[in-house]
Amino acid sequence: MASVQKKSISGRIFNIVNCFIVTLLIFVTLYPMLYVIFASLSEPRYLLSHEGLLLYPVGKMTLKGYELVLKNPNIINGFRNSIFYVALGTSINVILTSMGAFVLTRKHFAIRRLCSLLILLTMFFSGGMIPTFFVVKNLGLYDSFWALVLPNAISVYNMIIMRTFFFGIPESLEESANLEGANDWQVFTRIILPLSMPVIAVMILYYGVGHWNAWFGAMIYLRDRTKYPLQLFLREILLQDQMESMAVSTQEMAEESLFKELIQYSSIIVTTLPILCIYPLLQRYFVQGVMIGAVKG
Amino acid sequence: MKKNGVLHNIRKYPVLYAMAIPVLAYFIIFHYTPMYGALMAFQKYVPIKGISGSKWIGLKNFELFFQDIYFFRIIRNTFLINLYGLIFGFPIPIIFALLLNEVNSKVFKKTAQTITYMPHFISAVVVCGLVKDFVSSRGVITEIYCWITGNNATNLLANPDYFRPIYTIMNIWKSFGWGSIIYFAALTGVNQELYEAASIDGANRFQQVLHVSLPAILPTIVTMLVLRLGNMMSAGYEQIILLYQPITYETADVISSYVYRRGLQEFDYGYSAAVGLFNSVINLIFILSANAVSKKINETSIW
Repeated sequence: MASVQKKSISGRIFNIVNCFIVTLLIFVTLYPMLYVIFASLSEPRYLLSHEGLLLYPVGKMTLKGYELVLKNPNIINGFRNSIFYVALGTSINVILTSMGAFVLTRKHFAIRRLCSLLILLTMFFSGGMIPTFFVVKNLGLYDSFWALVLPNAISVYNMIIMRTFFFGIPESLEESANLEGANDWQVFTRIILPLSMPVIAVMILYYGVGHWNAWFGAMIYLRDRTKYPLQLFLREILLQDQMESMAVSTQEMAEESLFKELIQYSSIIVTTLPILCIYPLLQRYFVQGVMIGAVKG
Repeated sequence: MKKNGVLHNIRKYPVLYAMAIPVLAYFIIFHYTPMYGALMAFQKYVPIKGISGSKWIGLKNFELFFQDIYFFRIIRNTFLINLYGLIFGFPIPIIFALLLNEVNSKVFKKTAQTITYMPHFISAVVVCGLVKDFVSSRGVITEIYCWITGNNATNLLANPDYFRPIYTIMNIWKSFGWGSIIYFAALTGVNQELYEAASIDGANRFQQVLHVSLPAILPTIVTMLVLRLGNMMSAGYEQIILLYQPITYETADVISSYVYRRGLQEFDYGYSAAVGLFNSVINLIFILSANAVSKKINETSIW
């Protein structure tokens, strides 16, 4: 009896300490985002003089930062460009990745081993940043939006995830289709793809988030500012302290400098919100992707 | 005879080959052509003349690199930034998965997962922007740090001594939750009877974690560790380029950020391609060694 009592007490202490540590980790993860939200709603004067942790918006709550961000033509233009890159890029990614994964599962594909080898080798060795830059340039893609979607059209890692999934589809389904005279394209579009929606969801999310967050390719390949994705404008606002002034009067200029920090915080929220909104709904799929990849990573 | 077989195969399944062509074209154009282009490392490369027209200079670029005053600096920084990540970043997802596995409440567990996975999806630009704001002379982290240590508030990001710790902590924040998924999954597969048996033998909860859970995920830990070691000489240059500044190059500049600067900002193409090629070869050696080690341990190759 005594030992049971002791066990339950030590067990309870363990639970409390454990929950405390996990709660602390949650807080540490969440707080920076909360800070940004609070700061973006604060009154600039109070924000400037505030010290230490921010636990609520200080001063009179204001949406002025958001108003200025949403009025900023760069942000609007970048938003539009980023949506375009995500849509085009992800479509190309998913089509090519699934097609590649499919042909690598075809047993009657005579050069299957050779192709697998050719593709897997690129995971081990690359020509490097500079030679790749010149390939893109020599193809005439410099300063073109194609430079953001073609050079990374297929991630070998994602292709392996898809291939693993395709291997799990019962062969008997394809055999019956083959007997009815279906060719590989028909097997792919009518049998494999409809059965692969979970893994396609994972791909759309992985690639889509990747395009939404990408900035490096745009920085090295684009000159024309009207083609910039959102992240590049965000970089100017957050990291280079360059914000193209939209002010036409001195009063507006003063307002802009007063609200500079608010604009920074608000722009973070505006650009991150789309992802953070869809993410919890699709968390299941994201995690699934990691698991499929882990089985045969 | 073999070739005939392939030709026959093409004639029999033309659709299959038509599907393979765009995929293979992608790999040839965007992966194998740059490998050919890497030959510019042995040239005094002039873009207008291309590889075929530029002057071959043998190993001159590599000789210059080995004598470069920054040679030691970028190798050291690449290695140390990875070492910091390995020592501090690698164990945290494991510990987190072990702790979370002991949480009884399903709702709490799920909430913890949803929140800690989130930073993985936030863009590098935003994360680096947050870091820059928080460690600026008036930033939250600077204030707390100075309150603890009693130092005067300065911009921590402008201090070379702080760059690697800041970078490491940022990466831990961004990836510890996501990194724990794989361990957490391994833990859910552990037979519950093992815990009951341990409990009957008088093991308390902490001892159960240590003697049941940890051994159960040890193979996963070893695999992940080997993979990590295979990447010891490659560093995520994107976040480095976003965070560093000339004043912190001393501790922040890594091989790939140096390649970017010399190649695309200073237009020293042949030289930077040589540095990049050097890095690719080093990475290849590390990955192949890691794979060999993993084969020995697990008797299964990672690839």
